[in-house]
Amino acid sequence: MTNSLDAYLILSGLLFAIGTFGFLARRNAISMLMSIELMLNGVNLAIVAFGSFIDRLRPNASVIALLVIAVAAAEATVGLAIVIAIFRNRRTPLVDEYDSMRQ
Amino acid sequence: MTIPEVIPIVNVRWDDILFLILATVMIGSALLVVILRDIIRCGLAMMVCFGALAGIYVIAGAPLVAATQVLVYIGAISVLVLFAIMLTQTKAAPARLVFQTQAVPAALAAVVLAIIIALAVGSTDWGAAGTRVRTATDALAKVLFQQYVLPFEIVSVLLLAAVIGGVFLAKRDEGEPL
Repeated sequence: MTNSLDAYLILSGLLFAIGTFGFLARRNAISMLMSIELMLNGVNLAIVAFGSFIDRLRPNASVIALLVIAVAAAEATVGLAIVIAIFRNRRTPLVDEYDSMRQ
Repeated sequence: MTIPEVIPIVNVRWDDILFLILATVMIGSALLVVILRDIIRCGLAMMVCFGALAGIYVIAGAPLVAATQVLVYIGAISVLVLFAIMLTQTKAAPARLVFQTQAVPAALAAVVLAIIIALAVGSTDWGAAGTRVRTATDALAKVLFQQYVLPFEIVSVLLLAAVIGGVFLAKRDEGEPL
């Protein structure tokens, strides 16, 4: 099982789908950011799996995975700062109450 | 004494068992992240999920990526998320409703997405896929600091910009109440 690429790819697809559900369904902005992190991890798992099974991609895939991790860290920093800034104005972390543009 | 590669009685390889355990832990804790009511527990489940994923990276043969996963995700991003949760907890929290009204269509969409990905993976013939080989860290370092040195530097500038932007966004203005 660990020697088939399909197992890793299906696992990463599952993780991505769980993240999609969380992003679409949760009300809390931080929960949505955590779901985005899950989706990024799913994609990263697929990249690493391709790198370990396909000879031509071997060192490159790990480099790309490392760069994705660094960009995800930057995304988390800015995203959480935005959530905290909105929370300071609106006093709620729930995204469905951010409706002042609609009124 | 060396451990045999195959478990004697049930005739299953050790890393298959390990992969199954880690995959179960990872998917289970990822589900907990999206369905738990208490958001602090969601953050802790996210740390468990990232730890299990680091183990899967080791099995897949990318130990440096696994180490970076532990350092960056478990050490930095999870702590950042937990801090943000604690800063945005109101007195009324945890909120009565965890999910939006569109939770059921979202669940359907996620299930359909997972099925489509599984079908696409299963029906594709990965002709170039050989056997699993460990990524040598010195080869990785050579590629990272020669071929990919420009993306590496750009990412470092991006991280600096993100840190400055985060501080600027989350900073209180003068005289503004907490």
